[in-house]
Amino acid sequence: MHGTRILDEADRLMTVCNSCRYCEGLCAVFPAMEMRRAFSDGDLNYLANLCHSCGACYVDCQFSPPHEFNVNVPKTLSVARAESYAAYAWPRALSGTFARNGLVISIIAALSMAAFILGFAALNDHSVLFGVHTGPGAFYELMPHNAMAALFSAALLYAILALVMSVRAFWRDIGDPIGRADCGSIFQAMRDAGELRYLHGGGVGCYNEDDRPTDRRKLYHHLTFYGFLLCFAATSVATLYHYLLGREAPYPWWDLPVVLGTLGGIGLIVGPVGLFVAKMQRDPELLDEGRYGMDLGFIAMLFLTGLTGMALLILRETAAMGPLLALHLGAVFALFITMPYGKFVHGIYRFVALVRYAQERRGEAGS
Amino acid sequence: MGRKYDVLVIGGGNAALCAAISARRSGASVLVLEGAPKFYRGGNTRHTRNMRCAHDAATEILTGPYTEEEFWEDLLRVTGGQTDEELARHMIRESKDILNWIVEQGVRWQPSLGGTLSLGRTNSFFLGGGRAMLNALYLTAEQLGVEVEYDAEVTDLVIEDGMFLAARVKRSINGETEIRATSLVAAAGGFEANIEWLKQYWGEAADNFLIRGTPYNRGSILKMLLARGVQEVGDPKQCHAVAIDARAPKFDGGIITRHDSVVFGIVVNKHAQRFYDEGEDIWPKRYAIWGRLVAAQPDQIAYIIFDSTVVTSFMPTLFPPIAGQTVAELASKLELDPAALEKTVTEFNAAVRPGTFDHTILDDCRTEGVTPPKTHWARRIETPPFLAYPVRPGITFTYLGTRVTKEARMLMQDGKPSANMFAAGEIMAGNVLGKGYAAGIGMTIGSVFGRIAGREAAKHARNQNS
Repeated sequence: MHGTRILDEADRLMTVCNSCRYCEGLCAVFPAMEMRRAFSDGDLNYLANLCHSCGACYVDCQFSPPHEFNVNVPKTLSVARAESYAAYAWPRALSGTFARNGLVISIIAALSMAAFILGFAALNDHSVLFGVHTGPGAFYELMPHNAMAALFSAALLYAILALVMSVRAFWRDIGDPIGRADCGSIFQAMRDAGELRYLHGGGVGCYNEDDRPTDRRKLYHHLTFYGFLLCFAATSVATLYHYLLGREAPYPWWDLPVVLGTLGGIGLIVGPVGLFVAKMQRDPELLDEGRYGMDLGFIAMLFLTGLTGMALLILRETAAMGPLLALHLGAVFALFITMPYGKFVHGIYRFVALVRYAQERRGEAGS
Repeated sequence: MGRKYDVLVIGGGNAALCAAISARRSGASVLVLEGAPKFYRGGNTRHTRNMRCAHDAATEILTGPYTEEEFWEDLLRVTGGQTDEELARHMIRESKDILNWIVEQGVRWQPSLGGTLSLGRTNSFFLGGGRAMLNALYLTAEQLGVEVEYDAEVTDLVIEDGMFLAARVKRSINGETEIRATSLVAAAGGFEANIEWLKQYWGEAADNFLIRGTPYNRGSILKMLLARGVQEVGDPKQCHAVAIDARAPKFDGGIITRHDSVVFGIVVNKHAQRFYDEGEDIWPKRYAIWGRLVAAQPDQIAYIIFDSTVVTSFMPTLFPPIAGQTVAELASKLELDPAALEKTVTEFNAAVRPGTFDHTILDDCRTEGVTPPKTHWARRIETPPFLAYPVRPGITFTYLGTRVTKEARMLMQDGKPSANMFAAGEIMAGNVLGKGYAAGIGMTIGSVFGRIAGREAAKHARNQNS
């Protein structure tokens, strides 16, 4: 059998589902399952990460609990998915603790970082912290730009390194022996991920608190994800402004970094709140409750990033700017360093699984 | 005594919901009484996956036309002519419009499932299967204002001179009450889960039957109606039965316990003897006879025997095959006489003539000089490991029912139509299916006659009220 109890259960379910196949029109998981007759650990981790947890197969299944076959694919794959993040995390030692204490670790990281920045500023000059700063370069009176850039680049680079190592291990486990993804498959996966094609219950929406499907989770996820991308774009544009054009933040409200950041910030406030409420209301039968901490940690960090960013925009010309900037930077820093071990990775693994799926479909169509 | 409904629907499956929706859309107030708890609502509909409807052209989900005439010929062939032609042709004609009507009620179609029976041209598949279809119908019914009660067991029907007056209902909380309605639609299924009733016709053999659907299909409404003077239709011994894995649960194993491997091997009984031509016709046309064939064998058990070369020729199975490195070893694992099974396999292998194997057509791989013959797809069973699935009769649904008119109105024993009682679905399937089965036809009967019954029941209520 498999290495873990949850993979044994996932194997049992895929054997049941493969002899039924009623759900094959709902999403990518079941067609991918049908291409196999037996399931390795890698296969199951692949299927687990293809699942978007829309819940349709649970509501549609004649064998879901209380039936004795006890088929609960969304919950089982949800647990398997979270365990797969831990299994492929790099370095391995950091995975377990975070899965159990995600929220606490994220908040402590954010606060410690904020405290560090505050302390750093206070040590230099007390008046800086609660003073009113305006005009270009105002932010950097708190912390010099180069120090800020170095600190955050290091955090981001570490996150990228850890993610690359994890994804390599995942791809080796789920990919075919040839192992290279083609451009067409990657492009297909970008489209599938970008529109959340499989978070749709086969076309009517996902299942949340009852058996009435809605598209709410998809909407909030779009707000969160595109909000995040817009904020990332805002930061990138600002970086280019700084180094190429020599223009220093803060920028006026109509300037590109601020417009992008504002739109993104709104998405990062509304989206995570919506996702949080949806999670609280969801039928517990569909949820992996053990992983609340990890999920909430990620939702909270995104929300705090959006909230502190927006507060900073509104209050940047007052004495609150110093502490808010410290908090904002703390939140972003915590988001970066916890990325490889938290819920953030769901997007990466799911994308990789979608690439694999697109590749398999092409292979099937070609053969 | 509470309010009086225009239409009372007893049952909670496809036929019942189509009736409830159609009655409600015709302006009637409707109450649905489902005897099962909410999870098990819908009887056999939970386990279905498609419906056979006539259509004149290919559609997005159907690969080609399936004319009324072809549908009729298929029905004639599977029933051996034991069908009510007028009623059947009416149903087939109405089935064309059901393809669209059912979509308007929220049900979604998809192309035929991968790796399943070759039904892509004739049968429309429900996206997500039968329970998804039911969920859509319930959602629509509730949005329209149909009232639905679960765990509501009807214990008696008050019927006078072919006229329905009221139903007595036992609920888990409120005890027994009487519910009055102007019209009745009985859509409460057959009696396949009532082993005692099955024993009246099958004797002790019924103890070895497995029931593919819920334990709630006990036929109590059918029994009451027949006892209150409704005319009976159909042979009580006739049912849709297939061979399913003997390791399946007694009830509600559903689709996943079936076996599609018969044509790839041989089938023997507990004495290790073959008893029927495993290659008589292509599987989608023959799968429905194997339940009855196994039911006729001693102890109602049989074993599909094949070898390792064909394992990937059919869909993966819920229960793994039982394996042995030799035929004798396999026999002892199955508790069969090893010498007898070896002899059967050896004689079969010796009788296999050379040919070109193709399971999609009636190929030329056949036996010579063995009884019974295997007329197609006969290949030697010789590559270890040798494998087997034990199978038993899996009863899907029964054909004994209430006789109805084209309006789905019940006929009384004196030949007169009932004033206000209608029937739809399995409870009247015997009008169309005298015997045999063609995939997806149970759902056609349910949707077509459900829709008609609801409309006619509402019409009767309207005439009474005005």
